[in-house]
Amino acid sequence: MNVAPRLTGLVGDTASPALLELDHVSISYPTPDGILTAVEDVSFKIAAGERLVLLGPSGCGKSTLLRAVGGFLKPSAGELRMNGRRIGAPGPDRMTVFQEFDQLLPWRTVLGNVRYALERGKSMPRRDAEGIARRWLERVGLKNFVDAFPHTLSGGMKQRVAIARAFALEPALLLMDEPFAALDALTRRQMQDELLKLCEETGNTALFVTHGIDEAIRVGTRILALTPHPGRLAATFDVPPETRARGSSGFGELERRIQETVFSAPEVDHV
Amino acid sequence: MSDITAPKLVRVPTWRRALEGTPWRRFVILAGLALAWELYARWLDNALLLPTLGATLSALWSAVLSGELPNRALTSLRVLITGYALGVAVAAVLTTLAALSRWGNEALGLLTSMFNPLPAIALLPIALLWFGVGTPSLIFVIVHSVLWPVALACYGGFLAVPPTLRMAGRNLGLSGGRFVAEILVPAAFPQILSGLRIGWAFAWRTLIAAELVFGVSARSGGIGWFIYTSRAQLETASVFAGLLTVILIGLLVEGVIFRSLTRITVQRWGQVQT
Ligand SMILES: Nc1ncnc2c1ncn2[C@@H]1O[C@H](COP(=O)(O)OP(=O)(O)OP(=O)(O)O)[C@@H](O)[C@H]1O
Ligand SMILES: [Mg+2]
Repeated sequence: MNVAPRLTGLVGDTASPALLELDHVSISYPTPDGILTAVEDVSFKIAAGERLVLLGPSGCGKSTLLRAVGGFLKPSAGELRMNGRRIGAPGPDRMTVFQEFDQLLPWRTVLGNVRYALERGKSMPRRDAEGIARRWLERVGLKNFVDAFPHTLSGGMKQRVAIARAFALEPALLLMDEPFAALDALTRRQMQDELLKLCEETGNTALFVTHGIDEAIRVGTRILALTPHPGRLAATFDVPPETRARGSSGFGELERRIQETVFSAPEVDHV
Repeated sequence: MSDITAPKLVRVPTWRRALEGTPWRRFVILAGLALAWELYARWLDNALLLPTLGATLSALWSAVLSGELPNRALTSLRVLITGYALGVAVAAVLTTLAALSRWGNEALGLLTSMFNPLPAIALLPIALLWFGVGTPSLIFVIVHSVLWPVALACYGGFLAVPPTLRMAGRNLGLSGGRFVAEILVPAAFPQILSGLRIGWAFAWRTLIAAELVFGVSARSGGIGWFIYTSRAQLETASVFAGLLTVILIGLLVEGVIFRSLTRITVQRWGQVQT
């Protein structure tokens, strides 16, 4: 087994053309005390069908990178390309599931949220949108709650709605920013497994952000580790399918390897 | 994913829900106030300074029967609603521009800080110069009194919309007027509602004050004019009847329109506590 991590972060061995390509991307924030470089010189590619995980400790610029891919932030240097074209404004081809529970529109029901997203994001007539929305809500286990308003749902249920909404729009690239970080450990595990299943069934390409090593191994096909201040790529790890099963020998082995390479301190929030 | 089942609900008896509601408490407070008024007026025993509640109500009743008060109230309401609607419309345009561009943002900030502190009545002389004595002048001052507080509340509401919700909207490709109308406005609805309430109160104050200041022609005057003429004729009970009318209309609008608006919007959406 190839234990040494590749330090460039660039994918050399994927033959398929890149869906997303980050080319020496730096991102900085203006602050009252000067310019803060959150991400520096990051390059990587995602091929169609891959599930790439950005892994790193808090503050290493994972969300910043994801927001730039989403089109919510402009890079201060470098370029982000989707299918070879520079990323401009946000759009439904890159649906994002955020960490925060307030990403649903409080004035629409569960069904209304997904339906509205389809109507606006895919310019779909209301009737078609409603049908698709119902199917996706059923798939995430919420068919008993289609008429509920978001504030009456639990955090995990809200994230399910956000996931249904994102999948329903069939984005070319699914962006997920620690969607389960605010959930309790048990729910998080369950949601990871269910998300993995949805991803495998749909074959969706995804960029997933997390600071949990086990979560990264569980949902990803490839992991990019970042180091903080400013955020840079530290290493990349491939996750072979047989390693994904929790409790398998590969899982623990990979976890330990990532732990040693990326985090100097022993992992604390291990679930 | 496996289905999540809905939690079981237990029905609450109707009488208990009625007790939980606020109306009956309001009635008790109102009755208390009415009693205090009646007792104090009787003790004072000076109909010129403070007529009893009974005298006021009978003055109100006869003014209603004669058709004078309803006419006056309608005249006032017509002007009021026109001015209010115009003010809210201009506020909507201004805040939309402010939400979409830096220039609009600066313009709104500057204009509100310039004009919000300016009492509408202070503009009355100018309004009279520009529009002459009559309804247009009244509408002008009402628009001024409504526009700035409503714009300020709306814009404050827009600024308070969580960044995640904004991103969720833009993620769908929304921008421009549609983003404002379909994301920012409903998200800021609690603040917008309270802005509309404040605007409504300001509009009333301004209208009554303006009607008191310039008499207009007696035929086309509103409630303010009714109060003014009643005072001139030393009919204090009618003065109070006029004031009571303003209060009653205010209570009605608050209790019926704004309350139901709150119930079917922000309360249902969980944006405010019930
Ligand atoms: N809006 C902002 N203005 C200024 N600095 C910011 C802003 N957002 C993030 N930063 C800074 O950029 C750096 C990276 O932040 P980012 O949110 O991308 O981290 P993260 O890896 O997502 O962390 P976490 O795991 O805690 O979510 C941090 O140092 C943070 O302080
Ligand atoms: Mg983050």
